Amino acid sequence: MIFVKNLSKNFGGIKAVSNASLTINEGSITGLIGPNGAGKTTLFNVIAGVYPPSHGKVFLENENITHLPPHELFARGLMRTFQIAHEFSSLTVRENLMMVPENQSGEKLIDIWIRPSNIKKEEAEITKKANEVMDFLQLSSLANEFAGNLSGGQKKLLELGRTMMVEPKVVFLDEVGAGVNRTLLSTIGEAIQRLNRDLGYTFCMIEHDMEFISRLCDPVIVMAEGTVLAEGTAEEIKENQSVIEAYLGTGQKNKKLR
Amino acid sequence: MVDILNSLTLLTNYIIIPGLTYGSQLALGALGITMVYAVLRFSNFAHGELMSFGAMSTILITWLFQSYGLTFGFLPTALLAIPFAATITILYCLATNSLVYEYYREKKIDPTTYLIISVGVLFFTAGLIRFIIGPDDRKFNDGNRFILKAREFKELTGLNEGLAIKTTQGITIGITICLVILLFWFLNRTRTGKSMRAYSDNEDLALLSGINPKKVVIITWVITGILATVAGALYGLDKSYKPFIYMYLVLPVFASAILGGVGNPIGAIVGGYVIAFSELIFTFAYKKVAGYLLPESLAPTGLIQFLSTDYKIAVSFVILVIVLLVKPTGIFSGKTI
Ligand SMILES: Nc1ncnc2c1ncn2[C@@H]1O[C@H](COP(=O)(O)OP(=O)(O)OP(=O)(O)O)[C@@H](O)[C@H]1O
Ligand SMILES: [Mg+2]
Repeated sequence: MIFVKNLSKNFGGIKAVSNASLTINEGSITGLIGPNGAGKTTLFNVIAGVYPPSHGKVFLENENITHLPPHELFARGLMRTFQIAHEFSSLTVRENLMMVPENQSGEKLIDIWIRPSNIKKEEAEITKKANEVMDFLQLSSLANEFAGNLSGGQKKLLELGRTMMVEPKVVFLDEVGAGVNRTLLSTIGEAIQRLNRDLGYTFCMIEHDMEFISRLCDPVIVMAEGTVLAEGTAEEIKENQSVIEAYLGTGQKNKKLR
Repeated sequence: MVDILNSLTLLTNYIIIPGLTYGSQLALGALGITMVYAVLRFSNFAHGELMSFGAMSTILITWLFQSYGLTFGFLPTALLAIPFAATITILYCLATNSLVYEYYREKKIDPTTYLIISVGVLFFTAGLIRFIIGPDDRKFNDGNRFILKAREFKELTGLNEGLAIKTTQGITIGITICLVILLFWFLNRTRTGKSMRAYSDNEDLALLSGINPKKVVIITWVITGILATVAGALYGLDKSYKPFIYMYLVLPVFASAILGGVGNPIGAIVGGYVIAFSELIFTFAYKKVAGYLLPESLAPTGLIQFLSTDYKIAVSFVILVIVLLVKPTGIFSGKTI
């Protein structure tokens, strides 16, 4: 589905990602873990077209998407969330959610005059969808609140909600779980599994909570210092010596990652 | 009682009506600057020249219409010309966008450099205008001069003071109200408008939510072109068209935008009227008003004027300095539309 080939990204002297290659299989929930500063978010940013790579290529379903701008990646079914939640702060929560599919269908200004009923109907559908998503994420009471006023965790939920507004092919989640309470986190986990199973979305998720990762992800990819260190099932990763060293430093052999 | 009515008439005639008119012109200009700032994220110093360009196009098309004998009854022919002139100005904006601004936008250049680039566009546009229409003063207001004449008002009310409303003043206020309503409807009710607000709010997120930046940029220039043409043409219609004047007009226009909070459309409108009224209030000679209101023994000898009209433009700067010291983000804390 997604194939990243020898990808590097430098920021001045910092090699945030260096020569990383990985594959995300269609229909999988791939986990991406690694110590802080390993380059995970940078990898997401390059894949999502936020900035161009220094070297290397990215493919989506065998099409080279390396230099496509973000809105065209969106049109091809690629969505992502931000580690530091982004929101349209001067729009309400509902408007934030409705923004996503509205861009997908587009609007010709002339339609407002010529075919107002079509737009009304579409708008009604999108509103319904937004209400469902808010119900699911327990954000309904905040529907008309400006998104800028939400708490950190609520903004994270809004990030996730945005990906649920359309039917993307592949979703990149950058620490959606961070700052979300436990109960809601397991609900989110179930939702991801359900979207994956029933609707066939492919997920790639960065997360630091190993327990959450083990429950959802197969395979798990480990990054450290900009490169891919290991790949395997969660169990294999937990046993992997070089992964343990990357996390805990050397001299910590024979301990298990938890 | 009659004295009070007389002084009210005086104030309406010399402060309120001109203030609303000039304020509308400033507000429309400031809206253009604010839209560019909110979406394209730079201070467009060329906006005054865009207004001049719009006014010039209006004049040229008015002449064309007049040469075919086409007029608009008691209204100025220029009103018919404005839509066409706006189209020309929009094309000019889009041309500068794709030839100049787009290149730097893709390079993600910093806003200060962008500002300097807009000064370059300012000089180019100014030169182009001199080249096309020359530096002379032009009057292009035909149709009836007055909605209400001072003499008629006096006869009607029997007051000493007259109240005159020029057609251009009525038109300016009316068109401004329509245009502002239309702009807010567009920004708040249509998807395209909402995606503009979204883009202005959070560019990264907007791009990743599938908003096409090129489309947003083009629409911003279309709106800017319309606002600049209308503001420029109304100003020229009300006074007369002097190509040079717009280089000075851009100063109070900027002051209005910053005063209200640059990037905030409501702020731009409020800022426009605040600047306009302050200029008039501080430079108006209150001698006559005092003459009506005070007993004869206290009648003033001087003009009772805070500032000579020569310092008109300084008023907006003093206000601007105060705002920047007290609340640098402006009254409405601008940044996004
Ligand atoms: N825009 C940038 N400019 C300069 N350096 C950057 C930029 N973005 C990331 N970096 C650097 O790249 C390295 C990798 O950062 P990145 O955010 O990808 O790490 P991460 O794996 O997501 O870490 P975390 O788990 O803490 O989120 C860091 O050293 C960081 O300082
Ligand atoms: Mg990160």
